[in-house]
Amino acid sequence: MYALTYHQPATLPDALKSVEGDAKFLAGGQSLIQAMKLRMTSSSSLVDISKLSELKGISVTDSAVTVGAMTRHAEVALSVQIQQAIPALAKLAHGIGDPMVRNMGTLGGSLAYADPAACYPSALLALAGTVQTNERTISADNFFVNLYETCLKPGELIQSVSFQRPLQAAYIKFKHPASRLAMVGVFVARYKDGVRVGVTGCKTYAFRATQIEQLLGQKFSPDAIEGIELPWSDMLSDIHAGAQYRSALISILAARAVEQCLSS
Amino acid sequence: MTNYGIGQSVSRFEDPRLLRGKGCFVDDVNQLGQAHALMVRSPHSNARIRNINLEQALKAPGVLAIYTGEDVARDGLGTMKVNLPRKRPDGSPMFTRQHQGLSKSFVRYVGDPVALVIAENLLQAKDAAELIDIDYEPLPSVTDTAQAALPGAPAVWEECPDNISHVFEAGNAKATEEAFSKATHIVKRRYVISRVYAHYMQPRGVLAKYDEGDERYTIWADVQYPHRVRNALAENIFKIPEHRIRVIANDVGGGFGTKGWQYPEHRLMPWAARKLGRPVKWTCDRSEAILADEHARDNISEAEIALDAEGRILGLRVKTLANVGAYISSDRNLLSTFVNVHTLSGVYDIAAAHVHVTVLMSNTNSTAPYRGAGRPESIYVMERLLDDAARELNMDRVRIREINLIKPTAMPYLNPFGAKYDCGDFVRGMEIALKSAHYASFEERRKEALGRGKLRGIGIANAIERAASPNQHEFAEIRFNPSGSATVLMGTKAQGQGHETLYKQIVNERLGIDPGQVKFIDGDTDLVAFGMGTNGSRSTVVGGTALWKAADRIIDKGKKIAAHMLEASVDDIQFNKGVFEVVGTDKKVTLKDVAKTAFLAVKLPAGFEGGFYETATFVPAADTWPNGCHVCEVEIDAQTGEVKVVEYLVVDDVGTMINPAGVKGQIHGGVAQGLGQALMEQVVYERESGQLLTGSFMDYAMPRANDLPHIRVENNAVPTLLNPMGAKGAGEAGTVGAIPAIMNAVIDALAPAGVKSIDMPATSEKIWQALRQAKEKTTLSS
Amino acid sequence: MTTQTIQLKVNGNTVVTQIDPRTLLVQLIRDHLKLTGTHVGCDTAQCGCCTVHLNGLAVKSCSILALQANGQEVTTIEGLTQGDGLHPVQNAFRECHGLQCGYCTPGMVMTTIQLLKHFPKPTDEQIREGLEGNICRCTGYENIVKSVKAAAGI
Repeated sequence: MYALTYHQPATLPDALKSVEGDAKFLAGGQSLIQAMKLRMTSSSSLVDISKLSELKGISVTDSAVTVGAMTRHAEVALSVQIQQAIPALAKLAHGIGDPMVRNMGTLGGSLAYADPAACYPSALLALAGTVQTNERTISADNFFVNLYETCLKPGELIQSVSFQRPLQAAYIKFKHPASRLAMVGVFVARYKDGVRVGVTGCKTYAFRATQIEQLLGQKFSPDAIEGIELPWSDMLSDIHAGAQYRSALISILAARAVEQCLSS
Repeated sequence: MTNYGIGQSVSRFEDPRLLRGKGCFVDDVNQLGQAHALMVRSPHSNARIRNINLEQALKAPGVLAIYTGEDVARDGLGTMKVNLPRKRPDGSPMFTRQHQGLSKSFVRYVGDPVALVIAENLLQAKDAAELIDIDYEPLPSVTDTAQAALPGAPAVWEECPDNISHVFEAGNAKATEEAFSKATHIVKRRYVISRVYAHYMQPRGVLAKYDEGDERYTIWADVQYPHRVRNALAENIFKIPEHRIRVIANDVGGGFGTKGWQYPEHRLMPWAARKLGRPVKWTCDRSEAILADEHARDNISEAEIALDAEGRILGLRVKTLANVGAYISSDRNLLSTFVNVHTLSGVYDIAAAHVHVTVLMSNTNSTAPYRGAGRPESIYVMERLLDDAARELNMDRVRIREINLIKPTAMPYLNPFGAKYDCGDFVRGMEIALKSAHYASFEERRKEALGRGKLRGIGIANAIERAASPNQHEFAEIRFNPSGSATVLMGTKAQGQGHETLYKQIVNERLGIDPGQVKFIDGDTDLVAFGMGTNGSRSTVVGGTALWKAADRIIDKGKKIAAHMLEASVDDIQFNKGVFEVVGTDKKVTLKDVAKTAFLAVKLPAGFEGGFYETATFVPAADTWPNGCHVCEVEIDAQTGEVKVVEYLVVDDVGTMINPAGVKGQIHGGVAQGLGQALMEQVVYERESGQLLTGSFMDYAMPRANDLPHIRVENNAVPTLLNPMGAKGAGEAGTVGAIPAIMNAVIDALAPAGVKSIDMPATSEKIWQALRQAKEKTTLSS
Repeated sequence: MTTQTIQLKVNGNTVVTQIDPRTLLVQLIRDHLKLTGTHVGCDTAQCGCCTVHLNGLAVKSCSILALQANGQEVTTIEGLTQGDGLHPVQNAFRECHGLQCGYCTPGMVMTTIQLLKHFPKPTDEQIREGLEGNICRCTGYENIVKSVKAAAGI
């Protein structure tokens, strides 16, 4: 790691003031600290936001679940409220990384880091999420813009994220055999007015599989998307999974997610 | 009273220390005033070094020195040597190039070390390394085995344009030719064995210091052969008397062969420590480990068997291309290509066989023995051929094995490569395995799985391997002290195999000493007189027998002392469970009493030499031949291609087991490494650039707990007469059978869908592609 | 290099010291406090050899700045027992031959303690999933799973 100074502000205004130049917010650090260790990124100042009470908490209404940015994956996984309101979201959190990563990693950190293989981005898209920052409200469809890049401005801090409660939802993840991140992760959410499908692991950032959404909107059944192959020319490829294979997995996993919705 | 003797699954004595975090691994050791070293490595797979500019780097804060290949050459550091008398195809001498420690004029693989930065701390060393300006001229490179053999492929070394180091043959070409001419059927296939890397959980490290007063180097390193390291550094590298070097290997966090003994860091750190006048510590990062360490396996075989009308094998012929990397520094880098080809015929009665190995160089890391060291590769060829032949000839896979298995009455059996199997009952082993695996009802399970969308397959592999070879001595010493407790010093080196426990069990068995009264020492060349270290599944057999013999000598001397103490004739003394007694009386003394007496001159007869310490140096008369039948079932997701191993059974013959729990643990671990290679592990280079694509655990897939099934191990022991314990080597057994068993199961699962073959690793994408292609073929033809 | 002050409890003892802010928790533990039972096995936060407890929760000490633990409580493998005794989980590993080289073992033990808090009577599947963040190269996990079950009394 390159040299840095570390701040742990006690209040939100202090935190926002501390961020200048190339300073970064530090949530759980499970992605950021790793990248900094490998000197893939650097920051002369880290602002640890783990003490900010404004970033904590889980609340549920009839239509939405709102989760504080500093909520750890383990907390989401074990939250009875979330398990009841959006079980697929709790299950997604339970499948992130491993128990140790889940004790530290956070929802806000994961979304801000925008790893192309992270699970939460697919949920944000599928559950029509909105990201509440200190400056504005951002809808899921506008949030991810490029590889490891969101539309957040420097110094802008995610405070909470809201997910719309679906009629049914499921998340199926095919783990990358080495990294155990999502090689392909598909989040299917069914609403009264249609279906949303968030896909991660396949492109430089998570995206909505609109073709699959339309077909499932017409008929919410696995056979509605049988044989569908999304175009793969812009999909990621590595030694473990080429682009075409990822495309095939999207359809397979989407169908399995639909099956899971129907059987629960 | 706990029974500690041979055959007891005693809880390990080394465990409490390791469990409490009180282990002593090389990174746990520190010396006052130590500086930190960083190796700078080539990012290119093949390149000329035009210039190395250290100007900015030397000015960086905390930098104490930066050394390059120029410094190594100037100080006259030597290199290892190749001794094997091999030849190239045209009869000219073999081509090898030794690694110089730090490469000077060119680099030949990604990771080839070119500079050594020493700074006050590691961060400063990293910062300084980034300021080193190396002007490389990249050259075309070749990393792929098949490609390296093609005419016109880039040459690793300009002086050797065809990349062939040498060739090696074993068996009888003429007899094999004749056998093939008489064949009713010939089954021929091409099998690829991937390149993998050991990835022990503890990455390597070296801490070295030079004592000016003593004129001695002390080197702490996680090596498997500490005495050989000392010898190599003394004779080959520094050319100094061997007593001026001390090598210490305390706890080693996994070795598997790859930690062996000949890494550049073992010579560079002590060299730098002396130049700087300060201890120097080097710790390898995980991402550096695959660049710094020796890789494993990597060959392609064209293999064929000649069969008669009944399916009996008349002959076996194999031509292999083995990729050993760019540098061949010593015989070690070639061992896996030839030392175990003799088990290509496996446990089958084959009259004629021949293997021809072409050893190729490529722009990759050197290779070295890794769990099996050629044994899994050999058994893989035979067991794949049998399954492929069974399918081709429409025979049952068990039947083709049954009719070709060497019968127990044929022992000792001389195989067509000249290897002599002393004992073993392969027929019974397979019988037990098939019964225990419920082989007979497999097709029902296959059908049931299909209903769940899974393709289920079963794989069998009969493994045999040479273990505990008669080419290396081993040393044991039992040293009593005046108060009657003892120290056992062994020339082997544990890396997790539980040596402390099994050796204490042998001592308990022979001398009746409570393990609490015994201290175990290995790994320190100042304390242990001699040793060849641990490799090739040898420690229990060769080390254990040396220990047994040392115990015999203790008993012999003890009898003389006891006779004097009991005023009897030596011939009337018998020793049993720690007690010397006069036959037919109740006069007795304990071993402890005898030991104490041995140090009291006044209590000994005049002219009798006191002291109570005995050594033994033992070399076996012949190899042992552990063997086993592995049966494995997999389920493949028909849509995604994902493979899960759902059942795994080994029925093993490792002779007498000193500590059955320990032996089974070795087999479990070996199976896991076999599963890793079969399903997910691989060292991968980008074809054009030679860039390493599997640089960390993010890309190199490692088996986790949920990748492994419950592994069952059952016993088919046929104790050998080759050592007093009846033990056969066991350390590598799991891997030798697992790679073929799992691959056979995968192919069996896919065969009904029309897939003929898959190469390892059997990744989900490979299987998905194979299923698609098979489906397209069926659609086209229907 | 400017240092910053850290104050935390490690194995019940208060530690106050000045550190480079880049110091990882594992470096504080190993290099500053000389508690070498916590090991470094990788640099991508995957192997789990560095697992410790932070306020009772299992975390990877290689992925946390020491300063993130400021004012908090850390337990390492050395802090599980006093003197020569073994924690029940350590004892279970010993009895079931759940370790070979011992390098991954402290991490396995620390993870197991948390696993059993969440799943007091875990199934094989829950155990194997719960250990996904701990890599072992020696045991094939067979006896590690046995050890966890023995520690759970099943």
